[in-house]
Amino acid sequence: MSSRRSGPPRVLRVGDRALLVELPDGDRAEAFHAEALRRRAAGQLGSVREVVPAARTLLLDGVDDPERLAAELPHWEPAPLHARVGEAVEVPVRYDGPDLPEVAELWGVSVPEAVRIHTAAEFRVAFCGFAPGFGYLTGLGERYAVPRRATPRTAVPAGSVALAGPYTGVYPRSSPGGWQLIGTTDVVLWDPRREPAALLAPGTRVRFTAEGGR
Amino acid sequence: MTGRTVAVVRPGALTTVQDLGRVGHAHLGVPRSGALDTGAVRLLNRLVGNTEDAAVLETTVDGCALRAGCAVTVAVGGAPCPVRVDGRPAAWGTAVRLGPGSLLEVGAAVRGLRSYVAFGGGIAVEPVLGSRSTDLLSGLGPAPLSAGADLPLGAVAPSVRGPVDAPPWPGPPDELVLRVRLGPRDDWFTREALETLATRAYRVSTASNRIGLRLDGPPLERAVPGELPSEGMVLGAVQVPPDGHPVVFLADHPTTGGYPVVAVVREGDLGAAAQAVPGTPVRFVPVTRRGPSGGGPR
Repeated sequence: MSSRRSGPPRVLRVGDRALLVELPDGDRAEAFHAEALRRRAAGQLGSVREVVPAARTLLLDGVDDPERLAAELPHWEPAPLHARVGEAVEVPVRYDGPDLPEVAELWGVSVPEAVRIHTAAEFRVAFCGFAPGFGYLTGLGERYAVPRRATPRTAVPAGSVALAGPYTGVYPRSSPGGWQLIGTTDVVLWDPRREPAALLAPGTRVRFTAEGGR
Repeated sequence: MTGRTVAVVRPGALTTVQDLGRVGHAHLGVPRSGALDTGAVRLLNRLVGNTEDAAVLETTVDGCALRAGCAVTVAVGGAPCPVRVDGRPAAWGTAVRLGPGSLLEVGAAVRGLRSYVAFGGGIAVEPVLGSRSTDLLSGLGPAPLSAGADLPLGAVAPSVRGPVDAPPWPGPPDELVLRVRLGPRDDWFTREALETLATRAYRVSTASNRIGLRLDGPPLERAVPGELPSEGMVLGAVQVPPDGHPVVFLADHPTTGGYPVVAVVREGDLGAAAQAVPGTPVRFVPVTRRGPSGGGPR
């Protein structure tokens, strides 16, 4: 992947103390996030207190000198994502979600084949949001993107494994939700006494495995 | 009832435990939370001899009533309200000594919305991710106060007490003036919308809460349709949902969002936003977008 294709990232001011870095796509946003964490660990980000990745952006909040950092950011050269390794978190899933047949149909495959596709992919937590510990996982690719449900459910059970757009997510606790439910897991996604509190923190590699049944 | 606790006699409409918030976990989807009127909280904590970040109670509209389980110093501030101890009027905005078994009544706000109650030693509920704040968006931290609940108090630190006499108490605003820096998504709005934001009056909506100050007024028209891919949100962000009515994000705001942020309110102006009752007129004042680094005073 050539970084020349799109030029340097765009940097936007957010209030007096924050910067939003806009990247051309999710992969580069994830790579830029990893670079920010590397620099913070090396003590190069000073007062920055929040580093928040999202779909195509990275937010840096609590910046002492936004003018100076805004001038530096376009010159960062993040390592490509595939160059980094880490142990994948394994999430055992019962593929029993009520929307699984519909997802298989959207993909144009059988239900067992849909499960095979989901368990064969390697995922990475691109960012968190919506609720504490709710990760947006990339890895399926755009061709398996699915729409949200037209009518959100008022209560999605905790542990539901679900799809929306190109993302896979797991509901850390029961909440309303419009994602397509494909299965259920018993792993504890959120525990404030654990470090980190979120099992699926940004940057984490994830694999889903089929547990029993299908 | 004994020991270093206070018992909740009347919880009020919504009274929560708050400190200066749960900073540093936004990347996990954890809102900052914390007291909305941080200036009031810092001052009250100094008045009772605490460090500024000790946990206090934040009331909403109609105050609360508490019974002390031990001798303790308290101070009530933020929104002005009547204060009574064992039925007798007591001072607002200054330290008051309660004896064991004393009843502290924090009355309804006379002006403003949120009164705060600080106790010597602070509220010592178990912290979650480094903060004792109740986060109403994601449910982290202690539940809002309920009648009969006992709140533990921390030990009084004798060394931190500094002199605080005649503290300044800015009253709740008759008109809320919010200084903003435009962006990051001001280019998603028409030129007319930016003109509207800078010149027209808004009003605080009754739908406002700890998540956001919702505003009624002229809608802001978009130049770009659709939604953004989710991006990180900051305290004070002026987010504009499809109906065009701006929402100013307060402490319990979501960490990411897909509606464009037209401008961001200066953090120093958000304490006044916390005290603005529904119907309060609101004006946005854009401040210099670009300037020499080091700029003006905050």
